[in-house]
Amino acid sequence: MLNSLDATLRFQEQALKVHSQRQQLIASNIANADTPNYKAADINFADALRDAQSGVKKTVVLQTSAPGHIASAHGNNVAQVVYSTASQPAADGNTVEMDAERARFADNAVRYETAFRFLNQQIKGLLSAIQG
Amino acid sequence: MSLTNILNISASALAAQSQRLNTVASNLANAESTAGADGQAYRARQVIFTAVPQTESPGSASVKVSQVVEDQSPARRVYEPNHPAADEEGYVSMSNVNVVEEMVNMISASRSYQSNVEVMNTAKNLMLKLLTLGT
Repeated sequence: MLNSLDATLRFQEQALKVHSQRQQLIASNIANADTPNYKAADINFADALRDAQSGVKKTVVLQTSAPGHIASAHGNNVAQVVYSTASQPAADGNTVEMDAERARFADNAVRYETAFRFLNQQIKGLLSAIQG
Repeated sequence: MSLTNILNISASALAAQSQRLNTVASNLANAESTAGADGQAYRARQVIFTAVPQTESPGSASVKVSQVVEDQSPARRVYEPNHPAADEEGYVSMSNVNVVEEMVNMISASRSYQSNVEVMNTAKNLMLKLLTLGT
């Protein structure tokens, strides 16, 4: 019973999680808008959500090409971060485009709230089924 | 939790930008200074920003001021023979602050500051919304 409850809510919960990860990346882009050589990062929402649903963890393992190298036992769990190329690159190597980032941030906030409302409605639906 | 991390990241940016604004204020205040604390002409100071990667969440980074550097360009020399700091040729060494550059820096810093405040507000609203989940 509890398992199926969990399964009902999992999709929106994970969507919420990926949205908040993306929100953080965009916040760090805006924070580093004046840092020389900073490259703007983002995640592909569809890919990240699909990975989260299927339980696939993207791992990055250190390569060993010489006898002195140390192999990493587990590798790090890394959300697939992509780096954007600026259409108007700055002279200091920074690729953050403030207007685009601000738009993305606002857009992602709305999507976050959408996922939140879906989740909320699901909970309300379950509650009304329980309470009658 | 990612959303609380946003507050940390934006707060680091606010601190860095306000330090930048601080150096701008210091440079503009000393634009006409003939001598700084060391007896030499005042040199314009610039902050250097560096990204600090967040270990727990790959890809995102906060920002810090890694160092404050002094502008090494030569002091501005003004002919003023009656000035007490004038050398034997009658020239006074003034600070090397470029006022136009500093004004541009100031506007850029204040815009970045505003953007980060907005980011914090949005993150705060989302967190407050999240607290109402299921009610």
